Amino acid sequence: MGLSRKDLLGIQELSVEEIQLILDTAEPMRDIIRRQIKKVPTLRGKALINLFYEPSTRTRTSFELAGKYMSADTINISTSTSSAVKGETLKDTAKTLEVMGADIVIIRHGAAGAPHILSKHLSASVINAGDGFHEHPTQALLDMYTIRERKGQISGLKVAIVGDILHSRVARSNIWGLTKMGAEVCVIGPSTLLPPGIAELGVTPFTSLEEGLPGADVIIVLRVQLERQQKGLFPTIREYARLFGVTAERVGMAKPDVLIMHPGPMNRGVEIAPEVADSVHSVINEQVTNGVAVRMALLYLLAGGGGPHEAIG
Amino acid sequence: MLNEKTVILDADGIRRALTRIAHEIIEKNKGVNNVALIGIRRRGVPLAERLAKKIAEIEGRYVPIGILDITLYRDDLTTITHQPVIHKTEIAFAVNNKVIVLVDDVLFTGRTIRAALDAIIDLGRPEAIQLAVLADRGHRELPIRADYVGKNVPTSKKEIVSVYLTELDKKDKVVIEVDTA
Repeated sequence: MGLSRKDLLGIQELSVEEIQLILDTAEPMRDIIRRQIKKVPTLRGKALINLFYEPSTRTRTSFELAGKYMSADTINISTSTSSAVKGETLKDTAKTLEVMGADIVIIRHGAAGAPHILSKHLSASVINAGDGFHEHPTQALLDMYTIRERKGQISGLKVAIVGDILHSRVARSNIWGLTKMGAEVCVIGPSTLLPPGIAELGVTPFTSLEEGLPGADVIIVLRVQLERQQKGLFPTIREYARLFGVTAERVGMAKPDVLIMHPGPMNRGVEIAPEVADSVHSVINEQVTNGVAVRMALLYLLAGGGGPHEAIG
Repeated sequence: MLNEKTVILDADGIRRALTRIAHEIIEKNKGVNNVALIGIRRRGVPLAERLAKKIAEIEGRYVPIGILDITLYRDDLTTITHQPVIHKTEIAFAVNNKVIVLVDDVLFTGRTIRAALDAIIDLGRPEAIQLAVLADRGHRELPIRADYVGKNVPTSKKEIVSVYLTELDKKDKVVIEVDTA
């Protein structure tokens, strides 16, 4: 059994079985990262291109390392150094990469749906590394992996997602993934940052931490994009921190063994208190390691397959 | 449909072959102080466990056992249609300077063993790697041979040698089968 799809564009279209397969495959990958020789020959001869139209450190590095640990050749392209500044269209850039021999194109783009357009024009596999406010599927997969590893299962857990839900592709991918896997999800944030109709995705919205946190098994703290404040969506950073900052005192309202997660990069002292980020509840660093494992699993699952089946003996 | 043609080893035959191999491993390595067994998934794993038990009965000492999944090291990953599911490699001891005895059910083309050798060498530098198999059916495609063989089985390439073990298949048997589909 494998993934019977060419691309990974979002969590929304994945089945529970597919999510489970990706998470199961990530487990042996995690062991490879812990080894002294972090290299397996699996994707030897495959070319992997990171095409990033938005800044990123951890997602891009994570994909690059995942590819390198699997022996693929990885290349990074960021828009500031690419022909995009000369006016080349997304489609033409990607087509150029494909005819150079790219097998997998990993794309991050400010516009929702950009990876979907690419996937229609390329025979190479396309992985969405974040598109606009839409989806960030590999982040949700690594979050689910981390939760499953720590809690044993996802089904039946209460997960609170805190922060700017409106502009968060991490929140959207996690909502689709976690509800599929049987978790009970609530979203907490100022009403200006909760999208209207969010309840239709099967989550409960709250406008205060005091309402949403009690009984939580997992708290996913989202990054507050400081530029949102200039748009008047919340009055001041200080007020946001006072009302929605996840502090040690507020963590006390959740279950005693609650997990604290954050996709990074963190604004310490704004959405998350430094003592919470560094507490025993925090699995923020594990998330980063698991991200590499989950991406290795995905590369393996998307890049394999071909001719007739032959057993080796 | 797989039709059974010949029984090569029955339950007693498997037991006797493993007893002999256990003795050979001890003899060849002059004891088992530095020996560790690594079973290749799937059927090499119960075979390694049985060998470890037999060695313990003889020498009074359990040797470490590891489990190896060679999927990531296969040379045919890009050409096969059905993508194999990857399982965990569980080797809890350092392979450095140990004598590693790889254990598998059937030795055929030698490609699994080639992959296993690469996988082990990525974990460290053993003093030596030896190979124990329950059945050697010939038709090697690589310069690889076994140090310990339960039974040599002359086969045609069309025949299938199947190993059934109680731990996985509820019976102990090695048979030659023919695909009649």
